[in-house]
Amino acid sequence: MNETERLANPYNDDKVIAACSIFGMMDTSGRAVPGRDVIRAIANMHDRGNGLGGGFAIYGIYPEHADCYAFHIMYPNDEVRSDVERFLGQSFLIIGGEEVPTQPAPRVKNPPLVWRYFLLIDGAQRGEQPEEEYVIDRVMTINTAFPGAFVFSSGKDMGVFKGVGYPEDIARYFRLEEYEGYLWTAHGRFPTNTRGWWGGAHPFNILDWTVVHNGEISSYGTNRRYLEMFGYQCTLQTDTEVVTYGVDLLMRRHGLPIELAAKVFAALLWGQIEDAPREERALLTALRQVYGSLLLNGPFSVIIARQGEMIGLTDRVRLRPLTAAVKGDVLYLSSEESAIRLVCPDVEAAWTPVGGEPVVGRLREPIPQHRKRLEMAVA
Amino acid sequence: MMAKKTREAPRLRESAALAVSPNGRRATTRAPSLLTPRFSIIRDRERCIGCQVCVRQCSFDAQAYDAAEDEVYGIDANCVGCQRCVAFCPTDALTVTERPDRYRQNFNWRSDVIDDIKRQAETGGMLLTGMGNDKAQPIYWDHLLLNASQVTNPSIDPLREPMELRAYLGQKPERVRLEGDRPQPETPFPPQVLIETPILFSAMSYGAVSLNVQESLARAAAEVGTLFNTGEGGLHRKLRGYAGSTIVQVASGRFGVDSEYLNLGRIVEIKIGQGAKPGIGGHLPGHKVSADVSATRMIPTGTDALSPAPHHDIYSIEDLAQLIYALKEATNYSKPVAVKIAAVHNSAAIASGIVRAGADIIAIDGLRGATGAAPKVIRDNVGIPIELALAAVDTRLRQEGIRNRVSIIAAGGIRGSGDVVKAIALGADAVYIGTAALVALGCTVCQQCPTGRCAWGICTTDPFLSKRVNPEIGAQRLINLLRGWSLEIKEMLGGMGINALESLRGNRHHLRAVGLNEAEMAALGVRVAGT
Repeated sequence: MNETERLANPYNDDKVIAACSIFGMMDTSGRAVPGRDVIRAIANMHDRGNGLGGGFAIYGIYPEHADCYAFHIMYPNDEVRSDVERFLGQSFLIIGGEEVPTQPAPRVKNPPLVWRYFLLIDGAQRGEQPEEEYVIDRVMTINTAFPGAFVFSSGKDMGVFKGVGYPEDIARYFRLEEYEGYLWTAHGRFPTNTRGWWGGAHPFNILDWTVVHNGEISSYGTNRRYLEMFGYQCTLQTDTEVVTYGVDLLMRRHGLPIELAAKVFAALLWGQIEDAPREERALLTALRQVYGSLLLNGPFSVIIARQGEMIGLTDRVRLRPLTAAVKGDVLYLSSEESAIRLVCPDVEAAWTPVGGEPVVGRLREPIPQHRKRLEMAVA
Repeated sequence: MMAKKTREAPRLRESAALAVSPNGRRATTRAPSLLTPRFSIIRDRERCIGCQVCVRQCSFDAQAYDAAEDEVYGIDANCVGCQRCVAFCPTDALTVTERPDRYRQNFNWRSDVIDDIKRQAETGGMLLTGMGNDKAQPIYWDHLLLNASQVTNPSIDPLREPMELRAYLGQKPERVRLEGDRPQPETPFPPQVLIETPILFSAMSYGAVSLNVQESLARAAAEVGTLFNTGEGGLHRKLRGYAGSTIVQVASGRFGVDSEYLNLGRIVEIKIGQGAKPGIGGHLPGHKVSADVSATRMIPTGTDALSPAPHHDIYSIEDLAQLIYALKEATNYSKPVAVKIAAVHNSAAIASGIVRAGADIIAIDGLRGATGAAPKVIRDNVGIPIELALAAVDTRLRQEGIRNRVSIIAAGGIRGSGDVVKAIALGADAVYIGTAALVALGCTVCQQCPTGRCAWGICTTDPFLSKRVNPEIGAQRLINLLRGWSLEIKEMLGGMGINALESLRGNRHHLRAVGLNEAEMAALGVRVAGT
């Protein structure tokens, strides 16, 4: 049987409990790099996972379809696929679609079908709804109304590849050596309670946001119930889901820059806020008062990415590891420094970020395929 | 020995035995009481040194001294079981114990039921009592158990790592909007009141409790960084220095309310109801209204202070909105306005209405909430447990997406830090404690509050008795209590892998139930232990 059943949490534990390896690599000049280094680096942290989940997010991957929403969708069979494709046809203009190329890989068993589509939005279909909300609604519909179907990713010029297996096996299966992108994140998973579900592997995605996460969020119940008030349904019962939706709420919907969103997820202690300069104090106090329910408590390190930006963050008392390093234009983030040194032995600087302080990598200027879009937006 | 028996005759309360006493000294026009004494005062004659401390301490005339015989003796019929004499006996010669087998054992016709009927047959009135419901309804706190981290998640040691109990009470905007070149939160931001630990002192009015008790509460609140609540008796001049630690209450009688009073407090609380007596008003008898109480309540000396059952300007939710905004206007929108309700069947819908009416804080007082005086039948039969009401209110406000527009304070029977943590996990921002604070000052929950004769000097305005609570010592005892509970809360949070109180609020994943049925667990939003 294909492993498409939504069994991320078959025992109905409060949340999936997992330890993990995470790795991120971004060329801030926008130069596309092949996957080889990322795959070697995450494979080097093999022992931090147990073969029940691995995955990658790649940005700048579809320059020829940079204006299209690239949907990666998992199916249990062709019947569900044709149902979903009919739905996609009703909701979007389908510019292209194909099965994601694969090859046999050791330890990858019973894979589902994974297809990708390049979609434009039909203005008439969308009506008054903002474009991004429209896309999110369609993603939620596919995930809930079509048994066994699940959207791996739904952003522009980016894609998520993930499944049950070690990350190096998943990379081989999806032939990731053949892709290039300026920003990669990767994840190897060690869940304690499940035989795994392809959709439950990291990265988690909504629009072009992706999250890879190592940790267990003890504030999950509080975070989840808070997000539910804003219409986010945490159906997967994984704590990574709350990070993803929290990022979407704070940054996309409430317009906070990442530096301030980080001050929500890993809030300064009240004592530190009191010691802050006066002009910052009011803002930091307000953020914590209003968004206290989004404080991510408990151990975590996380790499959050979107088009043009990669952010590393740990919990405020840094109970999970994260190392950052730079070489030239490239920013590395990793659970273990050894993984960075493996692929870049001569880093210019490597450091352990302070708990709760985000490490942010940004494109110095938009990459070529996105310039046109920005120019059009300005015009 | 025979002499002692006759000496026990001069009781204040008549008993059946006395009515037929052969010595004829008990002739009385009142009908004799058919009640039997509930307590036995047992004196170890080997230990008793006849110092009469017990006689001086007992405010219920249950201890007496016979000068002719030079002997102290107890009068069981007057004893209320408050243990004051036991605590103060220098030689530990006294034991006060509840008499077993007072009536033939019966699960239906229990002793308290028989006593109530007899007392009512003798007086023809409503039975008054004090403190909280003492009946055997389920105490859900005791059916909820907390989580702790093992392996997958490190527990946090509060002795080595930061651990934050701070909370801000008040309405939160839905989002922080940034304005200007330098990001600054939009203005005006609704008023927020800081508390350093999520435990506040519940409303206990001057008049119900003594000024020394209120001063103890005020000093402790100021020292710890929390708040005490004036109750509906106004704020005595002497305590105005503690205004920064005060919640001023506006109740249906409006006692002590003027513009100065409203603007003194940090929070203004509208009292709609009280857990011990949902749906009924209050009554401070005239004999308790001394000159001092009269000045503070702004009513004539010696008059009864009657609080109507409803606010006569609030017959519906829109009237409440008017009062909320009248109080906000009166305080120039500088203070959160709280609304306190008793936990009743429709608490969730009522709370939703209160939020929409503009309240910044909702206080919910459960079935076990205490009182200085309430009809016993109301106290023991009306209202619902705070655990169920709190869970229902928190869930409903979240379903409606308005939970953040209000802070929730849970009250009524919070006995220890474990109850506090469970209340926060069910959805409270903070809790009120009343009985626990009074117990810290000496109270033994003997339920004699409405008599005004409290031997511990707490629930009385008698100057002689009031002196028994020294505000300095009382404050220190309360500070110790809050410090102890706060340390325990930090320890429990750390065990759950949480280092800030706000990450526990509404976090029912950290609760599991034992011994509850499906419906109860669904109402509380918790799962059975082991799943």
